[in-house]
Amino acid sequence: MEFQFDDDKPIYKQLVEKIKLEIVLGHFKRGDKLPSVRELSTMIRVNPNTIQRALAELEEEKLIYTKRTSGKFVTEDGEIIHQVMKEMAKEKMETFIKDMKTLGLNIDDVIKLLKERK
Amino acid sequence: MQFVQFQDLSKSFGTKEILKDINLDLEKGKIYGLLGPNGSGKTTMIKIINGLLQPSSGKILINGCEPGIESKKIISYLPERTYLNMNMKVSELIQFFKDFYDDFDEKKAIKLLYKLKIKETDQLKNMSKGTKEKVQLVMVMSRKADLYVLDEPIGGVDPASRDYILETILTNFNEDASILISTHLISDIEKILDQVIFINQGKIVLNEDADTIRKKKKTTIDKLFREEFKC
Repeated sequence: MEFQFDDDKPIYKQLVEKIKLEIVLGHFKRGDKLPSVRELSTMIRVNPNTIQRALAELEEEKLIYTKRTSGKFVTEDGEIIHQVMKEMAKEKMETFIKDMKTLGLNIDDVIKLLKERK
Repeated sequence: MQFVQFQDLSKSFGTKEILKDINLDLEKGKIYGLLGPNGSGKTTMIKIINGLLQPSSGKILINGCEPGIESKKIISYLPERTYLNMNMKVSELIQFFKDFYDDFDEKKAIKLLYKLKIKETDQLKNMSKGTKEKVQLVMVMSRKADLYVLDEPIGGVDPASRDYILETILTNFNEDASILISTHLISDIEKILDQVIFINQGKIVLNEDADTIRKKKKTTIDKLFREEFKC
């Protein structure tokens, strides 16, 4: 897992997004065991406490869960994963629309362009 | 738990004040970055932690005691300059560390050196500068210490080896220990830091959680450093 991080966001936030993406893309499948904190830490060379923080947030969002003594697993619930995918798509769309607005296009223009593109 | 405590500590050499009223606590289980421009007092602070220099005023406590035999047993120190006899072979170096430190894990050291393709029969003086640095780091990280103090651990090595060194630091780090890394190569190490300490002209100018800094300032630690210490 390669991890490039940008400037302006806390690393644990970026990690949360990265792992979400891996789950949505199916690189981490439903019910899969996640690598341990230590493994993730050396894999992407990020502080173990930062990894811990990211995993705690994912757990809060119910995207992963802890099995006592055997580690952390991706949720079995496809609905949650689908929801996350929709949220991510929405975010991307917002940025896209914002960019289009700076070009002076309104929603109708954008839809027209998208249709032309096929 | 506060493992290292600087209390109103100052250090002067002659009339030159190197450290001014340092108050700083280091906890267990965290990786600290001690970052500052050349001549800001990083190495002086590190030498004081290791009992190699005495404070001119104020106090330093390691695990509640002043630096001494007891603190040396629990601190693993990588100095900025090497202190090893260059005529030693790797096998002799391992023996040397075994003799000096009860907490030295020989098997771990051999395993890490093997990964670097360094043989026990290799002599230190025949190694490149970067390889020497790697060997020393392996020795230091192979101790099971409570505090690792690394003074410029990535100064002399190429970017690929830096990754190896960071990996070595991370794999050998356990939650009961702390690491203090001094460097000015910030972009390479900032991902592994919990807490960032900026020092300038002998004073602590920032001491904060790394992700909190990124969130507040919306920038990397590296960029913040360049801003703060612009010449």
